[in-house]
Amino acid sequence: MTQFITAVLTSLSSGAIYALMAIAIVLVWRSTRVINFAQAGQAVLTTYIGYTVIQRTGSFWLALVVAVISGAVIGAVIDRFFMRPIFKRVKSGPIVMIAPVVATLGLLGIIQAIIGFVWGITNQSIEAPVSTGGYKIMGTVIAFSSYNLLVLVFVAVAMLLLTLLFQRTNVGLALRASAYSPEIAKLSGIKVDSVRTLGWALAGAFGGLAGMLYIPGYFLYPNAMDLLLVLGFIAAVIGGLESLFGAFAGGMVLGFAIIFSTTYISPKLFFPTAFIVLIIVLLVKPAGLFAPKKSRGA
Amino acid sequence: MSLTVEGLTIDHGAIRAINNVSFKVGQGQLTAIIGANGAGKTTLLRTLSGLKEAASGSATWNGSSILGVRAEDLARSGIMHVSDGKSVIAELSVKDNLALTGLWRKDKKDVAAATKEVVELFPILGQRMNQSAGSLSGGERQMLAIGRALIARPRLLLLDEPSLGLAPLIVEQIFQTIKSFVKSMDLTVVLVEQNAMGALKIADQGIVLNLGSVVLTDSAENLLNDPAVRSAYLGF
Repeated sequence: MTQFITAVLTSLSSGAIYALMAIAIVLVWRSTRVINFAQAGQAVLTTYIGYTVIQRTGSFWLALVVAVISGAVIGAVIDRFFMRPIFKRVKSGPIVMIAPVVATLGLLGIIQAIIGFVWGITNQSIEAPVSTGGYKIMGTVIAFSSYNLLVLVFVAVAMLLLTLLFQRTNVGLALRASAYSPEIAKLSGIKVDSVRTLGWALAGAFGGLAGMLYIPGYFLYPNAMDLLLVLGFIAAVIGGLESLFGAFAGGMVLGFAIIFSTTYISPKLFFPTAFIVLIIVLLVKPAGLFAPKKSRGA
Repeated sequence: MSLTVEGLTIDHGAIRAINNVSFKVGQGQLTAIIGANGAGKTTLLRTLSGLKEAASGSATWNGSSILGVRAEDLARSGIMHVSDGKSVIAELSVKDNLALTGLWRKDKKDVAAATKEVVELFPILGQRMNQSAGSLSGGERQMLAIGRALIARPRLLLLDEPSLGLAPLIVEQIFQTIKSFVKSMDLTVVLVEQNAMGALKIADQGIVLNLGSVVLTDSAENLLNDPAVRSAYLGF
């Protein structure tokens, strides 16, 4: 029973982190139709920035705020000064689909190299702001701590804010319209290029949050977020790539699948589970679990 | 305020889609550009609304050049393009579709007033406000697309095939509605159509486009009444 409760709680907090990364990937995909592999680099860079803030001030909370803001700024800068020129120059042929994605891979390498240059490649660590010791249930210590709870709360609040932004504000409407139909959005007078940059900024902020919440359980090094990128990407695809709710749900599905299979069958199943879930979803519902409804006719 | 197009040439990949086209549309005038599929009508409109680049020539609205200006800036300056057939965002609600052209407008009171007028013009939209645009019929979508453009309070309206894929009765209704609001709002309109008869009936001026070139420019009335023109270019 205790094992089951632990598994559920851990699934939630792991799933929440995967969901953050998935949302970052979906935000960029929706706004520019690019799978942003550099997101792993961006998130690890903002976490290093957060790490530096902690070194200087000792405050995790200040570091979290700085990481999220710098994530947004870095995301916006990458779109404005790196991606947009590529889109402007690459206009036709099969390269249109490939060039921007390959560019993000290149960018990932560049960012990780810069990190190695500035901070070195040895493992660093960030201490969690609250206890990482497991709670006690019926006399047994379980693998779910105050920190895991904090992660859950942060992800829930971030999801709520993002949903409100998208569904209740003018900026959110511009983001949705530009994602679904850039051409109609432009013809309606919406500055689609700026809206896209905003999409990258939001994604960067979510990546920044993901990094600061993920790293305290692990070590910080230039490739520290590579695994999370893969899991976030899988979660995004499970959720249908288009939908923010889908990304969140995809993260949760992945969290439960991985934690339950590693708890009850074998710890070796961590990676295989992720891919098995992905393949099952792609076979059963190729468009993902939460792909948007198609319109009537056209 | 008038639209003046001179020597406009547009390439579509390796193909010359529009070749040395010139015409003028006066303030408050409705000009119908007619011609068969592939005559270059849509390409012409897409260039006038900033979606496509011209190879050479000029196009001015109200004295200033509109070539090379971004589509969103042209839209904000009062040039609204209703692109062909399915110019609505299917995933968004009718209400959200209508809201798009009001997002950037400063005068929110007027946006509300314009929205009210559009709903009076197309009452069916009022009943469908919270439905997704994807659930609308073809005619309703066309009304939504036109309504969205009108909320921006445009001065120049570029309409691409509003009759495309609609039942004859609905086509008649759409054309009559266009005629009525164009007069009451004193709009300048370029209407591109394959349905030559329907378009010329509500137009002041007609331009016949064939394989990217202007073959005839005359008053809509003269074009409709000239038997030679009718059989050669209009097909009725």
